[in-house]
Amino acid sequence: MNLLKIDFAGRLITLVTLAIAIVWAFPLYWAVITTLKPEFEVAQPGLNLLPKTWTLGAYTHVLTTTKIGQWYVNSVVVAVSVTVLVVMMGALCGYALSQLRFRGRTALWFTVLASFMVPIQALIVTHFVLMSQFGLINSWLGIVLPQLIVPVVVIVYKQFFDSVPKDFREAARVDGANEFDIFFRIYLPMNWGVTTALAIITFIGAWNAFLWPFLVSTADDTMTVTVGITMVKENFGVQYARNLAAAVLAALPVAIAYLVFQRRVTQAIMLSAGIKG
Amino acid sequence: MHTKSRDNWVAAAFVAPFVIAYLVLFLYPTVRMVILTFTDAPLIGAGKWIGFKNYQRLFNDKAYLSAVWNTGYFVLLTVIPNTLLGLVFAMMVNRQKGYVQSFILAAFFLPYILPVSVVYRIWEWMMDYQFGIAQHALDAFYGERVAVFRNKIWAMPMMAFVTIWWTIGFNVLLFIAGLRNISQDMYDASALDGAKRWKQFRYITWPLIWPVTALVLTIQLILQLKIFDQIYLLTLGGNVNNTMVLVQYIYKQAFQLNKGGYGATVAFSLFAIIVVVSVLQYQALRARPR
Repeated sequence: MNLLKIDFAGRLITLVTLAIAIVWAFPLYWAVITTLKPEFEVAQPGLNLLPKTWTLGAYTHVLTTTKIGQWYVNSVVVAVSVTVLVVMMGALCGYALSQLRFRGRTALWFTVLASFMVPIQALIVTHFVLMSQFGLINSWLGIVLPQLIVPVVVIVYKQFFDSVPKDFREAARVDGANEFDIFFRIYLPMNWGVTTALAIITFIGAWNAFLWPFLVSTADDTMTVTVGITMVKENFGVQYARNLAAAVLAALPVAIAYLVFQRRVTQAIMLSAGIKG
Repeated sequence: MHTKSRDNWVAAAFVAPFVIAYLVLFLYPTVRMVILTFTDAPLIGAGKWIGFKNYQRLFNDKAYLSAVWNTGYFVLLTVIPNTLLGLVFAMMVNRQKGYVQSFILAAFFLPYILPVSVVYRIWEWMMDYQFGIAQHALDAFYGERVAVFRNKIWAMPMMAFVTIWWTIGFNVLLFIAGLRNISQDMYDASALDGAKRWKQFRYITWPLIWPVTALVLTIQLILQLKIFDQIYLLTLGGNVNNTMVLVQYIYKQAFQLNKGGYGATVAFSLFAIIVVVSVLQYQALRARPR
């Protein structure tokens, strides 16, 4: 009997959910569709869900009149460097904390945990002083270095290495493997999924970073694309199509990374929040 | 003895890259920041030792106190709404299946992976005084158009809204993970006893999801205290003082006014606030709801 009764409240909730989801996603749609309109059409009133004239003019304008190509190169170099270094340092240190017994191990572990307390934003002043002493203002390395401190990567790796059965280790030792063999041949490959997840999320984070790249790159040539697209000046009239076209281009790599690696991204977010999934 | 010292060397090789980076790029800048707070140094270059003068100045600096106030206001507007709405959205997603679920989850989550400057471009366009599509909604419900990001009253709540729109996907994900850990048996059993939706939420979901709620609240609180990017971008060219937040004030003092020492003092105060607030919150959230 109950099965036949239609759950009206349930259906209502579903409808409301769908409506909210559509409203939530609308700004994304609206931004993308605006880039495909000519500027005069962008300024027309009303909700024109599709362009009357389809054009890629905004994109060609951005690509030809700004340094977005250079910004892209900067972003790729910076984000890839940050990703490789953060993951590598995190894996090595996490392995030592998990598997090796050495002096200062406990102290190091607590230092890593305690560093959560210091907001990296509070260090912008001294990071800037340090980078200028190194002569790294307006350079790739200057953008990269202060982004390398990501203690959570160490913690995640330690947790995963902790749960690798000790038998693998014992067996490898008997076969005469040293710690580096064990790390590179057993622990790292066994946790490849974690590495991928952390790498993707670190890449997205580095690509999206704003405050530090904004402070350290003041020249047009050294900006990352995330900073660069905010610097395009509106000299006259409306140019929302162009501004948004630049924004779409800036968002493209992370959007693609997310769509391709969806499950890894969500896994990584859980991991970094301390939920082991 | 011999093997022990060799073990130490092997371990040193493993931890060296992280430890060196940590010392040079984290510990040293932190110590340096504290030392800087006792000087009148410009951004680049040496300054005189002036003792606690920067700290005294901090407590008499109206602009600083208003930055603290604005930051607190922003935290108030974002942390709890973002957490509760995250839970609501997660429960909405969790009820659905298949493609519908994927679509809804994507709608809530996609904004989260975007760079802040893209979020800024989108909302600058949505809320444009003349052409913004959202101004129609404002017109319909409020009666007139508002240049929201330049308006004293509207700016903070609107930026809080944009922030929630942008970051809620993170909370939704954590809550979905939490909801899936609650056994369906509990709901089935309570349904047999005749429990309605609200009762199920009140007596099963809410208490069992609480550890995730506490986690999300903690992450949110610390995150929003460090707010800068979207406020800086969305108020570009506006009356910045009304919406000046702490990190922005560090930026202003150190980078725009070239007062490295005082900027560092503001930064140190932010650090102190975060430590105090997170300890307090940790204590408060250890209590579970009944």
